[in-house]
Amino acid sequence: MLIRRTDRGLLASWWFTVDWLLLTAVLLLMAAGVMFSLAASPPVAARIGLDNFHFFVRQLFFAGPAVMVLLAASFLTPTLVRRISLGAFVAGIGLMALALFVGPEIKGAYRWIDLGPFNLQPSEIVKPSFVVAAAWLMAEGIRRPDMPGRWLAWGLFGLFVAMLTLQPDFGQAALMSMVWAVMLLVHGLSWIIVFGLAVLAAAGAVAAYQFFPHVASRVNRFIDPEKGDTFQVDTAVRAFENGGLFGTGPGAGSAKTILPDAHADFIFAVVGEEFGLAACAVLIGLIAFVVLRVLRHAQRAEDPFHVLALCGLATIIGLQAVINMAVNVSLVPAKGMTLPFISYGGSSMISMAFAIGLVLALNRRAARAVPTAGGWRPLVAA
Amino acid sequence: MMVRIDQTAKSGVASGLGGRNRLRLVIVGFAMCFALITGRAAQLSLLAPEVKKIVRDDHYRIPRPDIVDRNGYLLATDIKIASLYANPRKIIDVEEAIELLTAVAPKLDSKVLYKKLTKDRAFVWLKREVSPAQQLAIHNQGIPGVGFRNETVRVYPMGRLAAHALGYVDVDSRGLSGIEKYLDDQGALYTASLAKPEDRAALPAQLSLDIRVQHALTSEIKKAIHVFRAKAGAGVVLDINTAEVLAMVSLPDFNPNDPRQAQDLIRMNRVTSGVYELGSVIKAVTFAMALDTGATTLEGRYDARQPLVIGRARINDFHAQKRILTVPEVFLHSSNIGTARMALDVGLEGHQAFLRKVGLFERLLTEIPEAAAPLLPKRWSKLATVTAAFGHGFAVQPLQGAAVTASLLNGGRLIRPTFLKRERETVDGFAKQVIKPETSEKMRYLFRLNAQRGTARKAAGEALGYRVGGKTGTAEKVINGRYSRNHRLTSFIGGFPMDDPKYVVLVMLDEPQPLKETHGYATSGWNAVPTAGRVIARIAPILGVEPRYDEEERARLTKLRSKDQGY
Repeated sequence: MLIRRTDRGLLASWWFTVDWLLLTAVLLLMAAGVMFSLAASPPVAARIGLDNFHFFVRQLFFAGPAVMVLLAASFLTPTLVRRISLGAFVAGIGLMALALFVGPEIKGAYRWIDLGPFNLQPSEIVKPSFVVAAAWLMAEGIRRPDMPGRWLAWGLFGLFVAMLTLQPDFGQAALMSMVWAVMLLVHGLSWIIVFGLAVLAAAGAVAAYQFFPHVASRVNRFIDPEKGDTFQVDTAVRAFENGGLFGTGPGAGSAKTILPDAHADFIFAVVGEEFGLAACAVLIGLIAFVVLRVLRHAQRAEDPFHVLALCGLATIIGLQAVINMAVNVSLVPAKGMTLPFISYGGSSMISMAFAIGLVLALNRRAARAVPTAGGWRPLVAA
Repeated sequence: MMVRIDQTAKSGVASGLGGRNRLRLVIVGFAMCFALITGRAAQLSLLAPEVKKIVRDDHYRIPRPDIVDRNGYLLATDIKIASLYANPRKIIDVEEAIELLTAVAPKLDSKVLYKKLTKDRAFVWLKREVSPAQQLAIHNQGIPGVGFRNETVRVYPMGRLAAHALGYVDVDSRGLSGIEKYLDDQGALYTASLAKPEDRAALPAQLSLDIRVQHALTSEIKKAIHVFRAKAGAGVVLDINTAEVLAMVSLPDFNPNDPRQAQDLIRMNRVTSGVYELGSVIKAVTFAMALDTGATTLEGRYDARQPLVIGRARINDFHAQKRILTVPEVFLHSSNIGTARMALDVGLEGHQAFLRKVGLFERLLTEIPEAAAPLLPKRWSKLATVTAAFGHGFAVQPLQGAAVTASLLNGGRLIRPTFLKRERETVDGFAKQVIKPETSEKMRYLFRLNAQRGTARKAAGEALGYRVGGKTGTAEKVINGRYSRNHRLTSFIGGFPMDDPKYVVLVMLDEPQPLKETHGYATSGWNAVPTAGRVIARIAPILGVEPRYDEEERARLTKLRSKDQGY
């Protein structure tokens, strides 16, 4: 079937307006994630007594819905993006509250809702929808100075972080705070307040170090490896050393046989060992391409909503990837953070796909809106 | 709000976002982060130090150095042995494979084999440790998916002999006890593992043990345990001038090739990991102390007419003489009263100081990790000193006792015993003079006299011509917190030849029973002493000590010979 440029149908306009490069890069990343899972997850599954391909099959299974969510979201118009995000935000917060009461306790936290075959982590879905909803409120605040948009956005942020802290999930709370900080920065927060917030964040970090033993122990272990168990990070470092430029070859690595999180937080190390620095560089390149391209789109976007939403979404993906990989190569203290599109985890993968779907939707040239004197007017064609 | 509009105007974009130029900052920040991570990954991957390339230690058995005795006889070695495995996924015809395998190795159970070979696995062990002939036969059958892996196995060709000194290793060839553990701790293993497994470049560890002496000692102690129906027995032979352990046995023992039994308490190494009230040794120490400090002389006399009363305790003699004894007589009759008075003459502090000087207050550490600390009186009261003078309430490792006795007889030099071969010259560096050489000479006189006329007569009688000297001890064992008259630990400690002492022999029997032949006695003189005599009679020729007979012995020898001819 030939799609004509003159065709004004839904599919045809999508076909000619979607960012193909970005879409291709993300699909490549997801395919790579499935492939790496095949390498990294069987020993982990075998170790905990599951079928060898347990994690692989599930990753493959989640990849389908993830691609569908991605594509479906990319068809949305900006208005629908806003509405669906706000809806997803409200629903997600509701599910997070539900998880506190009915969710299974896993490692001392209540973050999940048991859906039978898998556990749903609602906070993952809230992440991109929060960014879009907050961006909308902020943009409305700019457009109509009588609306307290900025404060409502602050309210959303406060609510989300409070829910994350209740679970507790300090890692995500910290991540979302950083994303929020970037959004505020771009929104135009004066540098004085930015520095004030930076000081506040530093104080928060110090407080976390003081009051949460596990945070303190992780930092101590990073600064002084002699002090305690740095098993995962040490093994990850040795995996890179073992891998060299081209790796030991798929399946020939040994770090995955002893790394508890080889399929999730430490998959980057497994890639480094089995596929070598070359694959790592390609992987970093792909992720960097995705993040920087979205940020470039944000730079070029004309209305505040697009700028803020794109920038926030890019920051979620970028920060998660940067923190995860930095932990893997032992640049920062250990922090549980998944590698977007690559690590095992259904909620995370669907959330990331949703985020990219939103990016694609916001970025479609035909779907952009231009400000006019009377408000927002959709631009029919670029 | 006004400010924001101004900023918008300045940025030249009609978006109303004050900080949109800061997006450039975000982009640059992310780009730098990604570059940094790539750089770090490159640093780790490309500049890795070579040695760190092992992520997981493989559990291959470690090559160990051989262990040989002082004459080079092999006591422990590694041998390579093949083990049979299969990759069930590569096996084409399971029935055929089973048929072929069981034809060569009938001990393989075909049902078990079937279960193993039909598993969905890439690796199963079929038989550990296959003989070379079987290996060749199975190899020649050429069954696909069946192969061999070479493993090294630790083997002790002498079996039980010297098991306690050698120790044993676990399945991964890590030393768990004895010299084997010592080798691990010393890093000899590391050295050996550097050598290629094919060429045995690692030097063997040479022990001080003489396996011939070890055998003689073991067989005599074993015989004694049998004859006197003892629970256990132990013995040590030390080189008196270097304190090298020539033989050490503790029975019952275990086979290091199959060390499962080694954990039994009854099979522990009594010579170093147990402590005992060695009356024989401790009395000799008291004599040496009293003579060395000048508290008494060989002409001294001690009143043994009445029991010694200390507080509420009365100290009696086993062979009560009820008269005034000279110092040699106190030694010969093993008089508790006399020995106790001797210690009192030296004084409480002097006594403790001397015991500390000869190292009896400390745990004796040799190469063998199994070493017990001495059991000392909690409080050194007058009574404690007096009883400790004849060995009550004061327990040490038998090896410690042997080392101290060596120092009393060798001219007064206390030397830490060793299980590794040692040169006489190296000893000079750390030997500690504990008594004067003249005192040592007096001790040799007392020891020899005791073997000629005292409680150790039967030792000299068994080893005619070897100038045996010795001291006996019979301790009552503590059963349920009380000294029991019927549970004894008998011991002999002595040396030969006493005119120029070369070797110290210690023999210890745990609960020997009285026999008709011993006239119902079960004291040391009737069991441990003759055993020690037989040990000396066997090892003296091996060690190159020539017999020399005095008139009395010549007469006995002639009598024995004529008796022999009579049969």
